[in-house]
Amino acid sequence: MLHKPVIETKKDNASNYKMRLGVVMFIIYGIIYAGFVAINLIKGSLMNSIVIFGLNLAVVYGFGLIIFAMILALIYNHMCTLKERELNTPKGNK
Amino acid sequence: MAITIFAVFVAFVLGLSFFLSNKTKSASNYFAAGGQIHWAVNGIAFAGDYLSAASFLGICGMIATLGYDGFLYSIGYLAGWIVALFVVAEPMKRLGKYTFTDALDSTFNSRGIQLAAGISTLVVSIFYLIPQMVGAGVLVTPLLGLPHAVGVMMVGAIVIYIVATAGMTSTTYVQFLKGGLLIVFSTVVVVAVCYRGFSTTPDQGGSMPFYEYKTVDAVRVGSDLTIEGYKFDHSMTLNGNKDEIVVLSKDGIKTWWKSDGSESDKPQLHQLAAMMEKADGSKLINGVEAGKNDQLLLGNLTQISGKTGTEATTGPVGPIKYLAILTDPQTKIQRWKSVAKFTEDGYAVSLFGPTITSGDAIMRPGQKFKVSGTLLEKIDFTSLMLALFLGTASLPHILIRYYTVPSQACARKSTIVAIAAIGFFYVLTLYMGLGAMTNSVVNPFDDNMSAPLLARSFGTALFAIISAIAFATVLGTVSGLIVAASGAVAHDLLDRFFNLEFNDRQKVVIGKSAAFTIGLIAIILGIVFKGMNVSYLVGWAFAVAASANLPAILMLLFWKKTTAAGIIASIIVGIVASIGIILLSPDMYVRYGLSKEMAPIPFNQPGIFSIPLSFLTLIVVSMFTQKKAVQTA
Repeated sequence: MLHKPVIETKKDNASNYKMRLGVVMFIIYGIIYAGFVAINLIKGSLMNSIVIFGLNLAVVYGFGLIIFAMILALIYNHMCTLKERELNTPKGNK
Repeated sequence: MAITIFAVFVAFVLGLSFFLSNKTKSASNYFAAGGQIHWAVNGIAFAGDYLSAASFLGICGMIATLGYDGFLYSIGYLAGWIVALFVVAEPMKRLGKYTFTDALDSTFNSRGIQLAAGISTLVVSIFYLIPQMVGAGVLVTPLLGLPHAVGVMMVGAIVIYIVATAGMTSTTYVQFLKGGLLIVFSTVVVVAVCYRGFSTTPDQGGSMPFYEYKTVDAVRVGSDLTIEGYKFDHSMTLNGNKDEIVVLSKDGIKTWWKSDGSESDKPQLHQLAAMMEKADGSKLINGVEAGKNDQLLLGNLTQISGKTGTEATTGPVGPIKYLAILTDPQTKIQRWKSVAKFTEDGYAVSLFGPTITSGDAIMRPGQKFKVSGTLLEKIDFTSLMLALFLGTASLPHILIRYYTVPSQACARKSTIVAIAAIGFFYVLTLYMGLGAMTNSVVNPFDDNMSAPLLARSFGTALFAIISAIAFATVLGTVSGLIVAASGAVAHDLLDRFFNLEFNDRQKVVIGKSAAFTIGLIAIILGIVFKGMNVSYLVGWAFAVAASANLPAILMLLFWKKTTAAGIIASIIVGIVASIGIILLSPDMYVRYGLSKEMAPIPFNQPGIFSIPLSFLTLIVVSMFTQKKAVQTA
């Protein structure tokens, strides 16, 4: 009883798919995040380079990491929702 | 006005808590709001929970004094939500009930895990509570003129009431309100900052004349100095005779200056920003009598894209142009650093001298984190970025919010709302911090107040609202932390570990009692740790959370050979290693009053060592306890 969630949830047939997708997206983001740290450590002067509209790489990369997180999150949600519909909807309702 | 708005907000929150208390009769209502919160509300509540005093006050203050280095915290904090969304959100919802200990223990039913994870929750929550309570005191002093301790007690009492009446339900709505208000009004401040644009003589929209610090030529005659238009008062040498400080007077006003050559016959004198304060609170700012709540405010541009004087004033600029102007190497930023502190004629004298930095150096890492420095400095930077990335998904007060929504899909969607809201807010922090840096609103004694003081430069109304929101920021986060900590005590330790077999109603009573006790502890700690740097303490909490909790969560989800003994060992090693490294670090040795060189550990940030060590411990112990795990299964 103690281990059960507050609200009982239905079996989620898409959970394995979502877990794999989550790991892949986590790795993608992790690499890009690590790239930001690595550039600073290896060749910090690159961060001064003007990239676009007078903004340097530090600002573009920093904002890019925030915006990219939002975009990845939306893609992840979209793909998970599609898979949930596909695998969790009873066959007669499809 | 600030007091009125704050009072209205507090009255509303207390009324809401009272109203919701009737609906909080069961443990599931108290600890998890009955699992019935809408995902969109939960997402904004996540933002309200997460955007603590450190985010709002600490990051803006750090950007205001150090530029881009403060924004690194924004990047790291937001990136941490990716770990939460992709790896932790749905499994946490699927496996847990009230606390993250439930999730860790879901397949083992191990008393060791219940104890270790319960203690870990308490340790991390208390580490996180301290800076929030210290932040409460920091806000109260300038705003209401009340002592630090009164501010801490006031916030503590309100939060205890919120949590003890309706638990997670009222906490959720307080966090929702606070998160929404914080984002909306921070946007208003940023729009105002861009609309004002840049000037080398910022006068806060005409409300406060710009104080220009001068440079004058002097001629040395014996032990005296002659300066046109000023009367020489006296001089002194500081820092082993390296710095000559000169006091001049004009029209009865004494000002402090630093000579650029104590040996020179014709030195130049650069005026210093001076705050002189007596024990009774009376003070002089740059030699002029000031009110009790008046502050020394500094920071401006001396050159804008190569232009100076009135022709440099830009008028309104767009958000991209705003950053581009500051990034220009031909833009020069004047910041102020402490030069000397001493006592003279009954006054505690604090002097600050200017440093000019070009825009391109401010708009990239390097002012605080020496990314191009020594190996140890590089390790510290990497370690911090790692702890920020991995810390978010390990914070107990964040994890428990996954139990307040009805399904795994809702857990996911609420995390996405949180990422959007928090990401947007962190973009705003860069503008607010830089706005403070360039608008002469940075208090060199306490940069935590930079964002509220920036708001004040746009009028009392905005200051009042932002200050009230800053209070709400503390209320929202402290409420979440106390719910998490009371869950650890009542559910993980008393109910499950000690097997005290409470019924549902008793669990609520125990939870409320635990919230009351933890609230009192938080008040005491907030008073004891007065004056300690808010961001520094939050850094501790992230490093400890990432070291103690994340390896256990990730390995439980992704490595089938994980055993209960492995989880327990990794939590213990993570806590001990991270706290141990912090306590033996050079920064801590300075706080002990010892020299940095005496510290047995040469780096300040533990994450890069304690997180892998915790992972390694889990793997090794799990490998050695496989047989037992099979038998248990």
